[in-house]
Amino acid sequence: MRHLLSAGDLSRDDAHLILDTAEEMRSLADRPIKKLPALRGRTVVNLFFEDSTRTRISFEAAAKRLSADVINFSAKGSSVSKGESLKDTALTLQAMGADGVVCRHGSSGAPHLLANSGWLTGAVVNAGDGTHEHPTQALLDAFTMRRHLGSLEGRRITIVGDVLHSRVARSNVLLLSTLGADVTVVAPPTLLPVDMTTWPCETSYDLDAALAKSDAVMMLRVQRERMNDAFFPSAREYTRRYGLDVHRMAQLPDEAIVLHPGPMNRGMEISAEVADSTRSVIVEQVTNGVAIRMAVLYLLLSGTSETPNTEETTA
Amino acid sequence: MSSYLITGASIVGGEVADLLIDNGEIVAIGNDLDAPADATTIDGTGKIALPGLVDLHTHLREPGREDAETVLTGTRAAALGGFTAVFAMANTEPVADTAGVVEQVWRLGREAGYADVYPIGAVTVGRQGTQLAELGAMAESAARVRVFSDDGDCVWDAALMRRALEYVKAFGGTIAQHAQEPRLTQGAQMNEGALSGVLGLTGWPSVAEESIIARDILLNAHVGSKLHICHLSTKGSVEIVRAAKRRGLEVTAEVTPHHLLLTEDKVESYNPVYKVNPPLRTKEDVEAVREGLADGTIDIVATDHAPHPVEDKDCEWSAAAFGMTGLETALSVVQHAMIDTKLMTWADLADRMSYRPAAIGQVSGEHGQPLAAGAPANLVLVDPAGERTVVPSETASLSRNTPFDGMTLPGRVVATFLRGKPTVLDGKLTR
Repeated sequence: MRHLLSAGDLSRDDAHLILDTAEEMRSLADRPIKKLPALRGRTVVNLFFEDSTRTRISFEAAAKRLSADVINFSAKGSSVSKGESLKDTALTLQAMGADGVVCRHGSSGAPHLLANSGWLTGAVVNAGDGTHEHPTQALLDAFTMRRHLGSLEGRRITIVGDVLHSRVARSNVLLLSTLGADVTVVAPPTLLPVDMTTWPCETSYDLDAALAKSDAVMMLRVQRERMNDAFFPSAREYTRRYGLDVHRMAQLPDEAIVLHPGPMNRGMEISAEVADSTRSVIVEQVTNGVAIRMAVLYLLLSGTSETPNTEETTA
Repeated sequence: MSSYLITGASIVGGEVADLLIDNGEIVAIGNDLDAPADATTIDGTGKIALPGLVDLHTHLREPGREDAETVLTGTRAAALGGFTAVFAMANTEPVADTAGVVEQVWRLGREAGYADVYPIGAVTVGRQGTQLAELGAMAESAARVRVFSDDGDCVWDAALMRRALEYVKAFGGTIAQHAQEPRLTQGAQMNEGALSGVLGLTGWPSVAEESIIARDILLNAHVGSKLHICHLSTKGSVEIVRAAKRRGLEVTAEVTPHHLLLTEDKVESYNPVYKVNPPLRTKEDVEAVREGLADGTIDIVATDHAPHPVEDKDCEWSAAAFGMTGLETALSVVQHAMIDTKLMTWADLADRMSYRPAAIGQVSGEHGQPLAAGAPANLVLVDPAGERTVVPSETASLSRNTPFDGMTLPGRVVATFLRGKPTVLDGKLTR
């Protein structure tokens, strides 16, 4: 694996390697010194063309815990806001010697372009591109589910919300199906792509029908503004039909968990009671995000695909 | 004026004969012709002589975007592609919506001398879609405009479209519609279907094209004018036009070379050279437009040659400009997609790329005439057995955005004559 651009590029073995590596990394979080020397002397650039404080600090924490040098580059206040092109930004990073580039961009395919353009030689990690993919989010979601549910083989996972515009949904459907889960996406018909025949999942317009047989349910952020483009009539109607409240949550099997990639619209797609309930693993997702990103950076940049040596800290 | 004798060429893919050009005209076609002693002889053995190609849809970018193309560079590219006439689209800066701008473009074409340039006038002021441009003034100008289009944007307002169609009846004009329902294509990036959903690119649904085509055919039937459909790209559009023609409704339509050959899966690379409007469609659509072109439902091939400077394509997909160059590859692509597949003959190609576009553009007195004694010597000599690999940097166009980069295509333009004067000889520009 040279880059991480799409969750669909990961074989089952690749995915398991990342998840297993993340498990090792996760154990670090419980220790007083949360640092490994693995990427000492390597430079990781967080290239964020869209505001996303959560994802950026998650990658930043991950790179720093692996002792990499981290440079944060955000479009606001930088030369990008003065009209510099993606190409010139990439050439600049290349000239500075970036070993890894973590890219968040509003245009679908931008990380793909960075990886294939020849503009830079470093490994490219897609940290969310337009309405395309967000593979590390899917990995951390799978990681979180695996910690609660064990193997995802045959597990029934329901993803609810604005699938049409969601990079989280795309990456999750691809990864979870690779891991053997049975995935159902639920949304109003307006928020599903018009043709989903090639997607390895079921689709449904009926949340209540899907909940009773779900081992995990993932609520996606829905932007209120979508109603201005007539994707749904009102926020209230959306919540009534597709929001997860305590009554709906009661339909879930006993062990089922609730996920959300954040940031949440409390009261819109998820009620505050559900978000704060014992089924909710939303805060845990954030913790796991750092472990997953450590695993990805480690595997891409350390020049080896073996699991990391954590002896220094376990000794 | 010097004379030329082309020997042993297949005339429009049929009989093999010699062809004598003198004084800007085809003097004779036959065997054992009496050529003047100073005539230049061109060996036409194995080659096909075609009437000079006519492109009803070219973006020459001048005035305004001379960094992408000029009338001179665009017509040089046209000559290399076998074209003797091109219709220059109106979306320049300033927009070709006044007699002054269309006359400027027309004059630049005359000065360039590589191909005749016929300006297309904008339908609405500034192509804004709100107020009719002075269509009559453009029609009566030295440029003698007969085709009007807001191409790049759709004349989406049904009432305005109706008025435009009605108004041009006074001087026999044609409205060429860029069929794209704007509300259905807000932010659209590629064909809407399974692939757009996977790639996370906003879809440009077929219905956004088809609904406008259907509406405009009915509007035109109501007012009895001339409607031309630009760059038709979907199976549904072919079916609508076919049904309309069967009912005897007046409409003409064009398809681009790229829609005859390329499909949406090219977009998987996120390489913006494949970003075009209308977007590349599916295999089914490609088969349908080929069939439509072969059976005459689609009247003509038009290039929609849309040059863009490097920086407008060397960027992320959503920031990139729509459009592909096509003048220098059109004939090869049509040979590849239509002739080598036995869907059409060379005579059909002459019809779709010369006679009919000239007729729709109302320039049949000058272009698009069958090769015969007495006709203006606008012709192209093609080597159908030739082959070339497309290299963007070798183009005569100022721009490099060819989607056929690296593809090996059949056919080679050996010579192009504009009114008896060679613009291309031995596959190279004569000056």
